[in-house]
Amino acid sequence: MTDSNLTTSDAAIRRQLLREFWFYFSQNRGAVLGLAVFVLLVLTAVFASLLAPHDPTQQYRDALLVPPVWAEGGRAEFLLGTDAVGRDMLSRLIHGSQYSLFIGIVVVAIALTGGVVIGLIAGFYGGWVDSVIMRVMDVILAFPSLLLALVLVAVLGPGLTNAMIAIAIVYQPHFARLARAAVMGEKAREYVAAARVAGASNLRLMFRTILPNCLAPLIVQATLSFSSAVLDSAALGFLGMGAQPPTPEWGTMLAEAREFILRAWWVVTFPGLAILTSVLAINLMGDGLRDALDPKLKRS
Amino acid sequence: MIRFILSKLLYLVPTLLGITLVAFGFIRLLPGDPVLLMAGERGVSPERYAQIAAQLGYDKPVWQQYLGYLGDLLQGDLGNSLVTKRPVLDEFLALFPATVELGLVAILIAAFVGVPVGVIAAIKRGSWFDQISMTGALIGFSMPIFWWGLLLIILFSGILGWTPVSGRISLMYYFPPVTGFMLIDSLLSGQDGAFASAVSHLILPSIVLDTIPLAVIARQTRSAMLEVMGEDYVRTARAKGLPPARVIGVHALRNAMIPVITTIGLQIGVLMAGAILTETIFSWPGIGKWMIDSISRRDYPVVQSGLLLIAGIVMIVNLIVDLTYGLINPRIRHQ
Repeated sequence: MTDSNLTTSDAAIRRQLLREFWFYFSQNRGAVLGLAVFVLLVLTAVFASLLAPHDPTQQYRDALLVPPVWAEGGRAEFLLGTDAVGRDMLSRLIHGSQYSLFIGIVVVAIALTGGVVIGLIAGFYGGWVDSVIMRVMDVILAFPSLLLALVLVAVLGPGLTNAMIAIAIVYQPHFARLARAAVMGEKAREYVAAARVAGASNLRLMFRTILPNCLAPLIVQATLSFSSAVLDSAALGFLGMGAQPPTPEWGTMLAEAREFILRAWWVVTFPGLAILTSVLAINLMGDGLRDALDPKLKRS
Repeated sequence: MIRFILSKLLYLVPTLLGITLVAFGFIRLLPGDPVLLMAGERGVSPERYAQIAAQLGYDKPVWQQYLGYLGDLLQGDLGNSLVTKRPVLDEFLALFPATVELGLVAILIAAFVGVPVGVIAAIKRGSWFDQISMTGALIGFSMPIFWWGLLLIILFSGILGWTPVSGRISLMYYFPPVTGFMLIDSLLSGQDGAFASAVSHLILPSIVLDTIPLAVIARQTRSAMLEVMGEDYVRTARAKGLPPARVIGVHALRNAMIPVITTIGLQIGVLMAGAILTETIFSWPGIGKWMIDSISRRDYPVVQSGLLLIAGIVMIVNLIVDLTYGLINPRIRHQ
């Protein structure tokens, strides 16, 4: 009886919190716009094979560097034109959204999980464990992120999977630091002491009692990392160390397009625009999330 | 203050050692035999192999190798490039000024444009200036700079023909490097048009490189100003009837600058990452392009030491920022 009462009130509280969250989030027009673009991006990625008019790797030998449909010489079957080997730009861009989203999700998942576990352990146990862990994180942070990712890719071998692992390793310390700081702040609170007295194990204290109360800054950091991951993986692709041709990854497309910049503006413009739009949308959302979740971080 | 500096320096030691461990471990983690990788040779006879291994010290236990590596570092021996056979340190020192010049110009533009923009946006909060500049800042912050560089090349070099596509100065000019900074050297050379050529080569790369720092600084300045302007001491200064320029310039700005200076310092790491991309796009002969080229040429001694030098420099700059921070904010010093 009491139990069911408790769950309904829990659900009610959750609904109330969600409503409150949406209220603050929707106050920020940019954030709502970002969310809309992001949802569109997700839909494009999910239904890529239905939306794309052509196969992204199909080479039309009679249509090399065809300009977009509105430009002189454009053809209706290639709305955004074709690249140097006659592949449809629009189809490649649509399929490219899958890679960007996938990279963002994987990188954030690895960096978040790893960073949170490391940060929780450091903050919870303190002492030499904390010192050793945080010095290791300092070392990772001392390297410029893209450089470290490049070197890690050199060690692991170029390719999309390795690029994602490398970027995730580079991002991990940010999550670890946040989680550690949050845990250190929460550890001394009474509810933690109460849980400990009630016989909760260290693992339970860390993950069930403390972690849910430290989520806000971690979620904000996760969105920021998501957009940085899209940027950095595109940069690695551009430098030839990320996804390899003929993968329609946006950064890799830009790398292939470089030699044509003065002859065919469309092969350069569209992939970059796709990267910029997605990153911008995610950053806009991140701003809104920060305002809604964590008033302390609010930039007014 | 001395205690503050010493404690900061002491704090650096484990991180520095960690960086040397990463650089040391890098070669050993690479797929393939480290001896052959470092020697840049393939299919050698067993005698030659043993000779190289002994020469590089790879026949000793790992901990002795590491100590030997640290010893070499302390003596300034960072190994030789496999490609040019020159000492890595010499190559680094020859190319470093190009990156510093580009980075300095970029960070100066970012600070001298970003701070006023942030201040004005904060003062005129909600105005069209605020909205446009902050939208611009968010776009800049989200910009894939390697694409931005290509767009600028298309527009200014391709269509308008105003700026050169690559390099530091036109091939028409030649003078021996004195300071390594092309802007200064071109002036010293006294050749007509050399300085203008150096400037025209620097414009696009520095715009590209300063895009993200500029956006970050403008956003940070605005939010720091807004925070400070709500403080009691600013209200008091206003209530005393001080002119608004003095309230903003002296009372608000000085305090708002504290987090902004940290932000500017933190951009050095961002600049180094940006330099890799910017230098690649504009064929700028600096450290970033050198690292990329070395990675793709598998010139591992260069990659190893370059990694170490860049991380070391980023750390030293961060230390200087930390110290400046202590200098302008006594509260930090006494903690």
